[in-house]
Amino acid sequence: MIPDSATTTQDIEQRLLKIRDRPVVLEAKHLTRHFRTSQGGTAVALQDVSFQIHRREFVTVIGPSGCGKSTLVRLLAGLDEPTMGEILVDGKTVNGPGPDRGMVFQSYTLFPWLTVQKNVEFGLRMQGKGDNECRSQALQWLEMVGLESKADFYPHQLSGGMKQRVAIARALAARPRVLLMDEPFGALDPETRAQMQSYLLQIWQNINITIVFITHDLDEAVLLADRILVLGAADGVHPGGHLKQFMDVPLPYPHDVDVLRDPKFMAVRTHLDDLVHPRRELVRDRLPITRMVPLGDDV
Amino acid sequence: MALTAARRPRSPWFAVRRDLSGGRTTFLTVLSFLVPLGLWCAISYVPGLWQPQMRVTSAGGSETFDLGMRVPKAQFAEENADLVAAGKAPAVGEPCNPVFLPAPHEVGKAMYKAFVTPPKSKGDKWLHEALLHSISIIAWGFGIAALIGVPLGIACGVWAASSRLVEPVVDFLRYMPPPTFGALALAILGINDEPKVAIIVIGILFNMILVVANTTRQVDRGLLEAASTLGARDRQLVTRVVVPAILPTLWNDLRIFIGVGWTYLTVAEMVGASSGISLFINQQGKYRNYDNVFAGIILIGMIGLVTDQILAFLGRVLFPWTGAEPGPLTSACRRLFRRGKS
Ligand SMILES: Nc1ncnc2c1ncn2[C@@H]1O[C@H](COP(=O)(O)OP(=O)(O)O)[C@@H](O)[C@H]1O
Ligand SMILES: [Mg+2]
Repeated sequence: MIPDSATTTQDIEQRLLKIRDRPVVLEAKHLTRHFRTSQGGTAVALQDVSFQIHRREFVTVIGPSGCGKSTLVRLLAGLDEPTMGEILVDGKTVNGPGPDRGMVFQSYTLFPWLTVQKNVEFGLRMQGKGDNECRSQALQWLEMVGLESKADFYPHQLSGGMKQRVAIARALAARPRVLLMDEPFGALDPETRAQMQSYLLQIWQNINITIVFITHDLDEAVLLADRILVLGAADGVHPGGHLKQFMDVPLPYPHDVDVLRDPKFMAVRTHLDDLVHPRRELVRDRLPITRMVPLGDDV
Repeated sequence: MALTAARRPRSPWFAVRRDLSGGRTTFLTVLSFLVPLGLWCAISYVPGLWQPQMRVTSAGGSETFDLGMRVPKAQFAEENADLVAAGKAPAVGEPCNPVFLPAPHEVGKAMYKAFVTPPKSKGDKWLHEALLHSISIIAWGFGIAALIGVPLGIACGVWAASSRLVEPVVDFLRYMPPPTFGALALAILGINDEPKVAIIVIGILFNMILVVANTTRQVDRGLLEAASTLGARDRQLVTRVVVPAILPTLWNDLRIFIGVGWTYLTVAEMVGASSGISLFINQQGKYRNYDNVFAGIILIGMIGLVTDQILAFLGRVLFPWTGAEPGPLTSACRRLFRRGKS
């Protein structure tokens, strides 16, 4: 049994409280990002988002399309500059991208000219590590994602799921403090996706890594997370994407696919659904369509 | 019940963006050369297909005709009618094509003869020497252009500042036809090979900068972002990401520019002291040795095609990650190449 496993409600609450005692690894303070629109106005992608994420926490970020999830994760990675606000890693302000924040993209972004092994070595080489160290560490990470047999393959010879596992190994090999993932499994078929979720949970449970995981899939968000960061789109009160709720996931730990059958899972999921899609009436709204099927074989 | 095996329908020859089978590819490649060659043979050898002239094999009683002379058929008939009316022996001839269209076998013979015949006057060059000279002009011109154009193009593609500084003026320069620089190059660089190389450089360089810059700008931004989250600094982004990412496309760009070099060769070789294959072709044209002219033109085409095919093949060996299905020879060379590296 994994040391901090918890099954009863009390245990679960205890565990979530204990996570709060861990040091803060990643902090966002009043993050705001405005974009200049082509019409000359400004679009508010993200408005005043603040949160703290603790060591070895698994946080998923969820929200409706266009609410600023990608913008948020790009700001955290340093790939984009906030209009206002700041980002702290281990209490220190960071500017621009750095190896302390690894990133996994939906589009894999493996270097096509490097073999799988050389891809995983990339971050180590950037840190000036020697050939032998690079090789042995890369193989170790490849083994962790179950792809050591593909070390000499080129990315175009791999399936989507394999590519994303290489991308994860590549990001982790650079030993980041935080792993940022922007809808990493969005392009995979449901089966591979479930497999990847299981792999990711296993990896996370066995190494010291904090994960911020963007998704628009409610099940995925609940299944993976200790806490879920819910972003909301612009509404009457807020001019743009904003933080709606940072909620605990009170489910037995460690999570695995069995969680999906837990009645508490449905409760959390329904709650999330109402938060993310607050205007369900829109779906029930009727279009003024007249029947154009005069076949008379309705049953 | 008898089961009839469903016969797979034959795939169509024309399917939008589909690959052809290996057999069909080879067939069409051979055909693309055979069709023009066949046309040429037909016109040359099938009697009466074109043959608008008569070659005189015996002048008979005519005073205007000489042995071997080519005259239009109408004129030939007219002359013979006159001769017969005057009671003289008519001229004898055979139908033939105009002198500027020699038959394939004549060109083949000329090509062989041109290589084995010593030059007419002492200072002149053998054909192979002339060819080597042309190739060296192109090699120098292309080499110098690539040495400047590739780094500058990459710089323009990487840094907006370089792009703004270089590209507008290059865009202006590239519209000036390289041959117009001939007189200038001659005045500055003397009458030997230097002005010729300069014209090739001018013909290639400006377009190369723009093309390489464009190729560089095509690099997936995601790759650069991924590299920077892995700790790559600016210099490493260029050397470890941009350069390897563009290599296969750059290779093909350069192949095209070697071809551009050949198109400017004839102009370049006429600047100052004429030389090389163009001099050979021009001289033979003046002597009305059109079989030699054809031989020279075809030689240029063959050299171009062969170098390009070798480079294309090398590209497949050097850049295995582009995912093109390798042939047996390509994979064998890749294995050799990999062994050489490690
Ligand atoms: N480069 C950009 N320029 C202008 N607007 C942008 C840009 N990137 C994102 N946006 C806008 O910011 C908002 C949030 O986008 P994004 O973060 O991609 O949303 P999500 O990932 O949650 O679907 C969207 O309304 C989008 O149109
Ligand atoms: Mg997104």
